[in-house]
Amino acid sequence: MISVHVQYFAILREQRGLTTETLVTPATTPAALYEELRARHGFTLPADRVRAAVNDAFVTAGATLRDGDRVVFIPPVAGG
Amino acid sequence: MFTISPAPLDPGRLQRQLGDERAGACVTFEGWVRNRNEGQPVLSLEYEAYALLAGTEGERILAEARAKFDLVGAAGVHRVGHLQLGDLAIWVGVTAEHRGAAFDACRYIIDEAKARLPVWKKEHYAGGATAWINCATRGDHGGPAATLPPAS
Repeated sequence: MISVHVQYFAILREQRGLTTETLVTPATTPAALYEELRARHGFTLPADRVRAAVNDAFVTAGATLRDGDRVVFIPPVAGG
Repeated sequence: MFTISPAPLDPGRLQRQLGDERAGACVTFEGWVRNRNEGQPVLSLEYEAYALLAGTEGERILAEARAKFDLVGAAGVHRVGHLQLGDLAIWVGVTAEHRGAAFDACRYIIDEAKARLPVWKKEHYAGGATAWINCATRGDHGGPAATLPPAS
């Protein structure tokens, strides 16, 4: 189990009802962590429409999560 | 430099920062909040950004533009917060010796910024409904990811 800090933005922030949280998880990849959180909180976006960033850099869904990582799940963007 | 700004953007000041005697062309793009999206009247827009990553991704896009086109300077700013109709949401400016590179680079930067920056937009409609753009899922009956206003 590792401890990670998760920050939420936009639709995920609203569906979670939180901006940040620290949690202990068996997940070892962003993809596994997203599925865990999605099941727990009812996020409407499927995993394949969400990107991940770890420690303020984009990563692949299968990247390895480490204890203390800061994870952000990025819903489909809509800037401009 | 690419930045995220919670304060209103001043295009005159931003353009003056690009001033350079080597430049013979300056092309700027302004993205404004408009009153309609996909047929629905829009009252206002909320922009939210993952500011740190949006800044570094914006810088990466500017670096790509400098590598692809013969530029003198390039800069961009994305506004965040609750914007009203007509407000300036994004500003991109490039300078070059000649206009061709300036037009092409400006187009490249705004297209990439829209596709890549971790920035999100929530539309507010008449009647109080809102929707996060591009976040619709099948459960939303094919429309935008609309949420009903709170019951009064």
